[in-house]
Amino acid sequence: MPIDKFVKLQSTCVPLPIENVDTDQIIPARFLKATTREGFGDNLFADWRYDKSGKPREDFVLNDPKYSGKVLVAGQNFGSGSSREHAAWALAGYGFKAVVSSFFADIFKNNSLNNGLLPVQVSKEFLETLFNAIEKDPATKVEIDLENQKITILPDGPSESFDINPYKKKCLLNGFDDIDYLLNISDHIEAWEKEHA
Amino acid sequence: MHSGAVYNAEENNLVTFKNDNTLAGKTLFEKIWDKHVVTKVDGGPGVLYIDRHFVHEVTSPQAFAGLRNRGIKVRRPEKTVATADHNIPTLGQDQPIRDELSRFQVNKLAENCREFGVSLFGLNHPWNGIVHVIGPELGITRPGMTIVCGDSHTSTHGAFGSIAFGIGTSEVEMVLATQTLLQNKPKTMRINIEGDLGKGVMSKDIVLYIISQIGTGGATGYFVEFAGSAIRSLSMEARMTICNMSIEMGARGGMIAPDETTFEYVKGREFAPKGTEWDKAVEEWRQLPSDPDAEFDKELTFDAADIEPMITYGTNPGMGIGISKRIPKMEEIEKSTQATFKKSMQYMDFQPGDSMIGKKVDYVFLGSCTNGRIEDLRAFASFVKGKKKAENVTVWIVPGSHQVEAQAEKEGIRQILEEAGFEMRQPGCSACLAMNDDKIPEGNYAVSTSNRNFEGRQGPGARTMLASPITAAAAAITGKITDPRDFL
Repeated sequence: MPIDKFVKLQSTCVPLPIENVDTDQIIPARFLKATTREGFGDNLFADWRYDKSGKPREDFVLNDPKYSGKVLVAGQNFGSGSSREHAAWALAGYGFKAVVSSFFADIFKNNSLNNGLLPVQVSKEFLETLFNAIEKDPATKVEIDLENQKITILPDGPSESFDINPYKKKCLLNGFDDIDYLLNISDHIEAWEKEHA
Repeated sequence: MHSGAVYNAEENNLVTFKNDNTLAGKTLFEKIWDKHVVTKVDGGPGVLYIDRHFVHEVTSPQAFAGLRNRGIKVRRPEKTVATADHNIPTLGQDQPIRDELSRFQVNKLAENCREFGVSLFGLNHPWNGIVHVIGPELGITRPGMTIVCGDSHTSTHGAFGSIAFGIGTSEVEMVLATQTLLQNKPKTMRINIEGDLGKGVMSKDIVLYIISQIGTGGATGYFVEFAGSAIRSLSMEARMTICNMSIEMGARGGMIAPDETTFEYVKGREFAPKGTEWDKAVEEWRQLPSDPDAEFDKELTFDAADIEPMITYGTNPGMGIGISKRIPKMEEIEKSTQATFKKSMQYMDFQPGDSMIGKKVDYVFLGSCTNGRIEDLRAFASFVKGKKKAENVTVWIVPGSHQVEAQAEKEGIRQILEEAGFEMRQPGCSACLAMNDDKIPEGNYAVSTSNRNFEGRQGPGARTMLASPITAAAAAITGKITDPRDFL
C-alpha cells in the first residue's frame, strides 16, 4: 500500500509561532470518534480556528487570507502530548505537506512520516529567520528538497540542511510502506519467534 | 525556567555524559531492547518484536480497516488484548451508549475483535477498565516485556521494568500485521530521586516536579529510567503514576527496575505465570536491572526534599509549581517563550506572579490512567473521611477499572465517599480527555489528577490544574486550591 511520494516542494508558508503545540490543539479529542482516516482536515486546530458558534475566528492564522500554502511553520516542540495519528491526518487532510519547526515530539514525528507529511527540523536561528521573512512578506516561499535534505528560503536563501532517517527518506521518496517491508521479512520474524518460544 | 520550554540541564550542573568505555554494562532498557531486535534495516531503524499489544476503540478502527484492505490477519492475536475505555460513559453503562458516534466506535471495536480473533474486555466485562489500569492488575503486564498501545500513556507499564510506549495508528496496524515495529533506538536517560519524601508528597508530585524542571520536551528522544532511593520506596501503583507521565516530559517511555515490590505485585494475578513458571520468570527478572557500571546518555539527580505538593498553573504539564510558590513573573520567562506563556495566562485567566493558594475551584476530577487506581481512591477517601464536600464544587470520582470499583466497594471506600457527599461513577477515561459527556464547562476551573492541562483537554474552554489525589481532595472539601499539608 504505497504512500504518496514526497517530491521537491516549493510553497508559501502558514506561520504559527506558538511553542509546545500539542496534538489536542491540532485535533481536539471530541473529533476522534471517526473510524476512517478521512475528513479530519476540516477540524484541524478546531478550537483555535472557530468560535463556539462555528464561526471562523479572524485572529487565527488559518483564517487569515494573507497566509496560505502547503508548509506549516511552528514554534518548538510541535506535536507534543497524545499519540493520536489523527493529528497527522488532520494536517495532511488540510493540505499541508510539511511542517517546519526547531523541535518535534517523537510520536508525532513518526506519525507524520507514516503519512507522507514531512517534519523538517531546523535550527532555532533558521526558524526565527523564516518567521521574520514570512512576517515581512507573506508571499515568501520555501523550497524543501528531500533528496538533498535542504530547506531554502526563496529566492536566494538562507538555506539549511535537515536530518532524516535514511530508511524513512527512501520510503518517502519512493512511496514505500513500512508494513509491506515488514511482511516481506516475515521469515526473520518467524525465526525470532521460534528462537524465543 | 517554568514554561515547559526545553531545559538546558548542562547549565544546572545536573548532567553527566557517557564516556567511551564500550565495555560498560548494560542498562535495563538495553537488556530488553537488544533481546527483542529481530533484525535491523540497513541505515535505518530496528525491527522490534512486541510481546504485548493493547488496543482500544479510538486509535484502532483505521488499523483493522488497513488489515482488511490488505487482506491479511492479525499475526499473533493471542498477544493482543482490547478494551473500551476512552469513549464510554461513566454513568448508565448497562444502557446502550447514547452518543451515536461513540456507540458506533465501541461497537466497531467489538466487531473487529470478533473478526480478527482478539480478546476483548468490553463494556460491562468484569475486567473492563482503562487500558493502562487493567494490563497491570490482570498480570498481563510483566517485567522484561516490550509493550505497545495506540496511546501515549502506555509508558505506565514501564513501572514493571518493561519497555512500554505509545504508538500511532499506522504503527498499531504494523504490530497487528507483523507483531513487530520499526523503531529507532532512543537514547537513554536516568533520573534519580534521592532521599525521603516530605509530608503530603505523593508520586504525582514527584513526576510533576521533574516535568516542571526539565520541560515538556526535556526528555524527547530518550527512554528514561527512574531510579534512586525515593523511587525504590514507592509502591507499584505510585511507580505507575510516575512512568505514566514520562510522555509529558517528551520521553519515548519511562521505566523502573523490577524488584521485590514488583514481584509481590505481579504474583498470583490472573495472567501471571504460576508454579515453576513463576520461579523461572522471577529468576529472569532479577537479571534485568541496569548493571552497576551501565552508562546512560544523560543522567539527572534531584533531591526528594525539594519536592512539595505540586499544582499546575498553565496549559502544559511543565507549567507546574510547588503549591506554596507563586506563578512566575513575565521577566522570569525566557524571551522566546513569553508569547506562549502570555497566551497560557490569558487562557487560564491568571496573572503572572499570582499565588495559587486560595484560587477558586469549580470541579475536581479523581481518576484516569495516572491516578485512577485503588491506592489513589484510598488516599482521597482517607483525606476526606469525616469531612464534607464543599458546596460550590462538582466532584467526579472515576475508578480506573471494574476491579478498582469492586475493591473500593469491598474496603468501604464508596461508603466513606458517600458520607462525605461524593459519588463514585463507573470506570473509564472520563474527564481526562472528555471524549464522553464528562466535560468541564467552558471557563470553569478543575483540579484534576489526570495528566494533561492542555487548552480544552477536559472540554472546550475548560481550565485544568493538575495535582495529586490528596491535593485534589483538599480542593474538594475547601472549594479552593488548598495545601493538603494544612490537614495532615
